[in-house]
Amino acid sequence: MKAVSVEEAVALIPNGATVMVAGFMGVGTPERLLDELVRQRKSELSIISNDAAVPGKGVGKLFDAALVSTLTTSHIGLNPNVQKQMMANQVAVNLVPQGTFVERIRAGGCGLGGVLTPTGVGTMVEEGKRKIEVDGKHFLLETALRSDFALIHAFLADYLGNLAYALTARNFNPVMAMAADTVIVTAEHIVPVGVIAPDHVITPAPLVDYLIANG
Amino acid sequence: MDAQSIIARRVARELRAGNLVNLGIGIPTLVANFVPSDLKVFFQSENGLIGTGPMPEQGMAHPLLTDAGGRPISALPGACVFDSAMSFGLIRGGHVDITVLGGLQVDAEGHLANWMIPGKMVPGMGGAMDLVTGAKRVIVAMQHAAKGKSKIVQKCALPLTSSRPVDLVVTDMAVINFSGGRITLQETAPGVTVAEVMAVTEADLFIPADVPEMRI
Repeated sequence: MKAVSVEEAVALIPNGATVMVAGFMGVGTPERLLDELVRQRKSELSIISNDAAVPGKGVGKLFDAALVSTLTTSHIGLNPNVQKQMMANQVAVNLVPQGTFVERIRAGGCGLGGVLTPTGVGTMVEEGKRKIEVDGKHFLLETALRSDFALIHAFLADYLGNLAYALTARNFNPVMAMAADTVIVTAEHIVPVGVIAPDHVITPAPLVDYLIANG
Repeated sequence: MDAQSIIARRVARELRAGNLVNLGIGIPTLVANFVPSDLKVFFQSENGLIGTGPMPEQGMAHPLLTDAGGRPISALPGACVFDSAMSFGLIRGGHVDITVLGGLQVDAEGHLANWMIPGKMVPGMGGAMDLVTGAKRVIVAMQHAAKGKSKIVQKCALPLTSSRPVDLVVTDMAVINFSGGRITLQETAPGVTVAEVMAVTEADLFIPADVPEMRI
């Protein structure tokens, strides 16, 4: 793990990168990294994020600045900007059931090729996918998702990069921290090693590549 | 009593002590307001919490404690938090006893459509497909008709949420079940007659000899 400034970290992300952004409706989202992506005008991004949040918040900021070309997500209903950009063919939106979304990322982080899920069988979601029967039950083969970068927000990070989360801000953070080539983390508090007890570490330090220093 | 309260009160009567319950947005959210205080149920919020409590008092909201819509909530004593893989493992894995969801259409086979209107409204399915596929019991809480058109249809014209049929539909006019694979009028709302329900229902309802009034 390397401690860097937010400017340095975002400079590593090229235009056109595939980026996972953790958070749920902007809760547990690394806002400082998103602000910096907007400031550095990183464009043509392929974003993987549970939802599109709302304008002005979380991943919504990237759509306000029209920096996204592809969005893989489960819900965009509360962000009218994304719906407009989708209708205008400015953003390609891949809608994925939320449980499938997280399992595809988990698979990507755990070295699996994908998962078999009953969710989506007999609906529009099954179009173009392999259906597999196991013990008489039907499942869809949903392939693994990985990304170039994962942007993570923790409550606590220690000097090694061990992470702990708070309340409902945990959501997709620990799963996405497993599934990207480069993992960049912001934390509300950076604390000495040992402050987070071993039992309370959720994301182990070796998964973290960059920790943004707190100003 | 307004339509939404009738629906929410009636759905609340389906909850049993110890149930793990997931409430969708809209009318389903109101169900929590009508659970008797001596009935201990666990409410799950799919963004990663079991033990959701009411919205905190002014000034007590925590920015990292919200419901799936991003609104501030509280956590009751005994609450626990987890990541999204666990949350949907609970949902898909059959650990949620009851899910209550809103609906656009439910058809005679019990199929629910509630996540998009092609060309008009494409919010995304969020967690709805997993909830309908995985919960032990699926209850739809919705108005019986919208703009004069029945939402209980013979066959869903809108894209389905799941191939798994729902168990119960509670509207402002009726309670409908699908026991034995047959769409059956179970109860009518207070002051509503069977004939009135049939008149505003597109699907061919099976009407048992005795259709009691909803107790709410």
